[in-house]
Amino acid sequence: MVHFFATRKGIVFTGLIIGIFAALLQVLGNPANMGICVACFLRDITGALGLHRADVVQYLRPEICGFVIGALISALLAGEFRPRGGSSPLMRFMLGVFAMIGALVFLGCPWRAILRLAGGDLNAVIGLAGLTTGIYIGVQFIKSGYNLGRSQKTYTASGLILPGLAAVLFILLLVKPELKTGALFLSVKGPGAMAAPVFISLAAGLVIGMLAQKTRFCTMGSIRDVILVRDFHLFSGVLALFIGAVIINLALKQVHPGFAAQPVTHTDHLWNFLGMMLSGLAFALAGGCPGRQLFMSGEGDCDAAIFVFGMIFGAAIAHNFAAASSPKGVGQLGPLLVIIGLVFCLVIGFFMRKKL
Amino acid sequence: MNHKIDARGLSCPQPVVLARNKMDEVTSGKIEVIVDNQAACDNVTRIAEKNGWAVTIADEGEDTILSLTK
Repeated sequence: MVHFFATRKGIVFTGLIIGIFAALLQVLGNPANMGICVACFLRDITGALGLHRADVVQYLRPEICGFVIGALISALLAGEFRPRGGSSPLMRFMLGVFAMIGALVFLGCPWRAILRLAGGDLNAVIGLAGLTTGIYIGVQFIKSGYNLGRSQKTYTASGLILPGLAAVLFILLLVKPELKTGALFLSVKGPGAMAAPVFISLAAGLVIGMLAQKTRFCTMGSIRDVILVRDFHLFSGVLALFIGAVIINLALKQVHPGFAAQPVTHTDHLWNFLGMMLSGLAFALAGGCPGRQLFMSGEGDCDAAIFVFGMIFGAAIAHNFAAASSPKGVGQLGPLLVIIGLVFCLVIGFFMRKKL
Repeated sequence: MNHKIDARGLSCPQPVVLARNKMDEVTSGKIEVIVDNQAACDNVTRIAEKNGWAVTIADEGEDTILSLTK
């Protein structure tokens, strides 16, 4: 029997919920056109831990904790918690690093690119074109035999590391320790200071985590599957996310079409395109968008968890080494790191081939 | 002739790519795909059915065997 969540209705329902929740989270305090952004929120967490010094983007985003723990609960309930790992972990770490750098040059992950478009930000069209181009290149590598090898079953304790960390981060947010070092680092101005109420954010994250684990919701996968096998299943979910967000944004008058003066963005088209192209390629080579990597981590996938740690490291590099963009424009080293990332991804896409 | 694909330990899209390649290669007959996660099971089933293959699913321990026939 095909369960509801494996059907077209299931994935569309999930996309709608994500789009609606994201738009509502903006009303409740999250930054504009950033109701949910997996890359931005992981970057905020990186900052809250003091791993980067950009004091306007430091916050322990409860949505991320909810994504991982929601996916864990859903996986446990369905008997789908399968601790596994060992499929090119270091390579996945590096892909996470460059995926994050690309996302922070564009200023958003694929989720936010869609939400930005739903808010009228036309720069997102350039980013989505870059994302699609990156995924297209990744698909060509996959077709020609690229893969990261098989994973192995592993210990339950390993599979619980990222869900455990998510729980610890949430507790830290509740306790808000004030150490002499300045930790916990929480923004008092800027996007990092804009947040929906803690428990609403957590609840939204939990619901999305549970639904997305069941339906395998993946923004990168949606485009990859269309290119690779002409399958529109995941794409219909992503389209539903966009429609859900547009409906709420229109109802709440949150749509402001145009390129200029959009919230937390810049208008450098070239680097918007290439930043997202790098992210798309890295996500395609790693087998999932940042959201999907969190949900798989909740299922016990240690390789996905390694990718998440790579993204956190990438956020630290991007902000400490002036690669992250800001509304003022692209960062000093942003273009260089994007080019290095593209070269890295092209090289591994070309050379990491073996018959399975 | 039965064709077998061992897709255990592979995350998507690899199980789908292997199954799709085999379906393109043999065009009819029976293909057995062994997977070890539900996502791969759902995805291979969907792609196979879309391409006109009948799919039966059997659990074997922690693995799942998908039998594709056309």
